[in-house]
Amino acid sequence: MSEALWAVLVGPFHDIVSGPAFFVEVLIGGIFAGLMYSLVALGFVLIFKASGVFNFAQGVMVLFAALTLVGLLERAVPVVLALALTAGVMVALAFVIERVVLRPLVNQEHITLFMATIGLTFFLEGFGEMLWGSNVKKLDIGIPDTSFIVSGVLINRLELWAAITAGVLVTVLAVFFHGTRVGRALRAVADDHEAALSIGIPLSTIWVIVWSVAGLVAIVAGIMWGAKSGVQFSLSLIALKALPVLILGGFTSVPGAIVGGLIIGVGEKLGEVYWGPLVGGAIENWFAYVVALVFLLFRPQGLFGERIIERV
Amino acid sequence: MIYRAAGQFKTTYAADQAIFPIAQDRVVVLLAVVAAFVVPPLLADEYWLQAVLIPFLVYSLAALGLNLLTGYAGQLSLGTGGFMAVGAYSAFKLTLAFPHVNIVAVFLASGLIAAAVGLLFGIPSLRIKGFYLAVATLAAQFFLIWLFNKVPWFVDYAPSGTITAPPRSVLGVMVTGPEATAGARYVMALAFVAVFALVAKNLVRGRLGRSWMAIRDRDIAAEIIGIRPLRTKLLAFGISSFYCGMAGAELVFLYLGSAETLAFDVSVSFLVLFMVIIGGLGSILGSFLGAAFIVLVPIFLANLPHLLGIDMSTALQKQIELMIFGGLIIFFLIVEPHGLARLWQITKEKLRLWPFPH
Repeated sequence: MSEALWAVLVGPFHDIVSGPAFFVEVLIGGIFAGLMYSLVALGFVLIFKASGVFNFAQGVMVLFAALTLVGLLERAVPVVLALALTAGVMVALAFVIERVVLRPLVNQEHITLFMATIGLTFFLEGFGEMLWGSNVKKLDIGIPDTSFIVSGVLINRLELWAAITAGVLVTVLAVFFHGTRVGRALRAVADDHEAALSIGIPLSTIWVIVWSVAGLVAIVAGIMWGAKSGVQFSLSLIALKALPVLILGGFTSVPGAIVGGLIIGVGEKLGEVYWGPLVGGAIENWFAYVVALVFLLFRPQGLFGERIIERV
Repeated sequence: MIYRAAGQFKTTYAADQAIFPIAQDRVVVLLAVVAAFVVPPLLADEYWLQAVLIPFLVYSLAALGLNLLTGYAGQLSLGTGGFMAVGAYSAFKLTLAFPHVNIVAVFLASGLIAAAVGLLFGIPSLRIKGFYLAVATLAAQFFLIWLFNKVPWFVDYAPSGTITAPPRSVLGVMVTGPEATAGARYVMALAFVAVFALVAKNLVRGRLGRSWMAIRDRDIAAEIIGIRPLRTKLLAFGISSFYCGMAGAELVFLYLGSAETLAFDVSVSFLVLFMVIIGGLGSILGSFLGAAFIVLVPIFLANLPHLLGIDMSTALQKQIELMIFGGLIIFFLIVEPHGLARLWQITKEKLRLWPFPH
């Protein structure tokens, strides 16, 4: 018994202290993975913030954006034009979603809208694959997937770029939400649909804007994930990974998505490398969920979420 | 003119509260159930029993379970696949450990084990709801599948990692294993579904079902009128998982014959959720309609190009299937949130008024 306790409570820390360079590498791997999750979670947060819709389809939007971009590049469209066209497609998608899915369901319960986005997920998955084919594609954006060494620690160029991109994106979004007229309107809609409508904020326009922005974030996430592991069907599964990130960070917080992503990414990698072998490995599949589940019991609104008070 | 309630007077409370208060309904449903037991085993060929009817019954049971939880108690769950896996693996271990115990008892016991696991994962539902709960049930899904994959004890140390249904008989007839005929397995599955559909119908008509619906519709108000939320929600999780566990055991023992954890991955959870949405949230009949729909659409799509003489690749079929499922879910949520069951109800009401539309 005490041996088992030793293996769980002391052994991994002993490993950490005895191999600091390896630990830092694992840590950095975790941070980068976490940033990738954050990029997906960001799209969720944007839509939830501005419309209260829990968009399960964000992951498949990432897949769809990446598929479109790769599909255009494969047809020898110049990079800049392909990016612009992909952006156009995502904005058009936002229009269609607002018109076909959201408008008829306005004022329905949150859970209904959530299930509608599950339907959207399946539709987009089938549609994207029908348009662009379902084989794994290589997305080359000119950043080599190679590593360099800084004082004994391996750093991947691609992951470094992803980190920088995520940072820039969050800054831009934070400015957009707090400093611009449209951003204020978005926050007003998030607070109270009806009040926003009554002071003349056009709800449907706001929804199109926010779904478009989420679509653009999906392009960035799609490029990063696609460059890292190829554009393939499993990309849409990262949506499931982004859920615990949201729980940790809070559904309405942009910085929360980043911090939550980092916690999940780092926790997952450290857990897998140091504690995983004790239980047979591959705990990455559920570790994030269990962390989120335990966390929920203590702080249901997440780290940065707004506290919802219900009194009986 | 035949479907008319005129002249049928209820003189007792029992008659008024019957499941089918209209005599025509009673007769038709009874005839349908008898026909379901007798006709397919005699007339249907192996393909129909094996590829359509048995999976339909198995998924109906799972959809019933999820409908109790999501449709009646309002607790969104994406962990159905995990709970089904618990049922399947318990049934497998129980038949190995107690070879002389009747297979029916094994199925019921594995349902109970699944219920216990469901109770455990239902505990967070007191503090969290909605999307948050969906994440919690996803945790159950991924953790359980991982557990069954990683611990060799669950597959009895089989190197292939699969569980196989051993041959067992009920009343002298082989119902599981390679020698069981499709007809026997069909009747076994049907018997379970018939009994538990009746149980579910009565559950939701009774005190427990009403408290589930109260929690679903307005949980705080329900609490004020004296419904204990934790107890009610946990019972919903437990009973729902019992149904799902039984369905999981049936999936392996009566339908697939042998399976690995892949048969219970998260896509199964979504599939059952679709059955419930399309069939009708909060409807017993809807669970059956939804299961029939989801089982039949892929078969229909696989055969349609043949009938029309178009050559369609299986990949394209799969993609169209995804698009149709997705589109249908959005369509049903917008046009008829109560699903196929509501359409059936409307048809019946129209029939009763016919030929006068108002």
